Amino acid sequence: MATVEVPKEEKDAHAASAPQQSEPKTITLRIARINPSEQHEPKFEEFKIPVQKWTTVLEAILFVKQNLDHSVAVRYSCRQASCGSCGMKINGKPRLACYTKISELDSPVITVEPMNNFPIIRDLAVDFKQMFATHKRMKPFVINEESEVKPGTKEFVQKPEDLEKFLQFSYCIKCGLCNSACPTMSTDKSFIGPQGLAQAYRYTADNRDKGKNERLKIVDESHGIWRCHFAGSCSYVCPKGVDPAMAIQLLRGYLLGFGK
Amino acid sequence: MRESIIMKIHYGTALGAVALVAVHILMRLSQNFSDSLSYKNVLVNYHLLPYALMLEVILVLLSVHGFNGLRVILLELKQGRSYERAINYGSIAAMAVLIAYGSRTILMAGMGVS
Repeated sequence: MATVEVPKEEKDAHAASAPQQSEPKTITLRIARINPSEQHEPKFEEFKIPVQKWTTVLEAILFVKQNLDHSVAVRYSCRQASCGSCGMKINGKPRLACYTKISELDSPVITVEPMNNFPIIRDLAVDFKQMFATHKRMKPFVINEESEVKPGTKEFVQKPEDLEKFLQFSYCIKCGLCNSACPTMSTDKSFIGPQGLAQAYRYTADNRDKGKNERLKIVDESHGIWRCHFAGSCSYVCPKGVDPAMAIQLLRGYLLGFGK
Repeated sequence: MRESIIMKIHYGTALGAVALVAVHILMRLSQNFSDSLSYKNVLVNYHLLPYALMLEVILVLLSVHGFNGLRVILLELKQGRSYERAINYGSIAAMAVLIAYGSRTILMAGMGVS
């Protein structure tokens, strides 16, 4: 059998160009530990975590749970920024843990805390009860008596420009990051919040919907839409590109007599 | 009253106040600035009926706008049914007292009672 001898220089060149296995880097993960029934202030526990360039914050937290301390409380589900479960404050900013890579934070120390403006259940898990109740109060569905498709009728026709008016607001995954970033919500616990207001706009702007007046009445209360100071932090932190600050301004337009 | 109506009043009073206060400041430039603030010249303003009326309107606009702004700040600071009721009625009462006191000043100065 004939063999071909590869020249030594060529062998070395091949070895140099081959993809190298990157050495895992180590970062310090600081996790806020709090049990509200026992303490008021969180204490931080530090863990050394080996990370690759693709490691997400959620994976780092799950590494702690699997290998170092299984008692860390964290809520997560889809791991692909679809379910909105793993919202938390990462290095001071509300983010989705599954959607935030450690490499993009560019810091050897990563601090994770529960989101602001939500009651804490334990550690990183917060209570969404009020946010979901507010969301429900906004009537997040198309209100139309003639929505039933009967024989001889057809579904509502919607032009692309009609869809454009509300499409981005329908991408909301109810992760609560916007409510966590809202400065009004930190002092006004009765404020509807950017999540609820953006959803109120999403359905009000839908040309199939007939519930405009009902929703406008709900948001037009003393802790409703007028308490927004347009800081815009809700839009800044949204992981799905929704712009609740704009929705609030457009909804205000309806109340002031502009728009549809 | 619905909040949107209150806020329409809030924005309207702000615009009105900006316009009229601008007129009020521009009137200081009709003569030497320090002269315009002398006791005698200030009294002349009150004796001039259109100007006295403008001052009265400014007083009302700023009182309504200012106390509603304060009401909003206080509502955001703390919540609770009785607290909110106290703030709402308290703001209206304070607004009425300030307008009454200011109007009394304008009226007395206009009539030459000092």
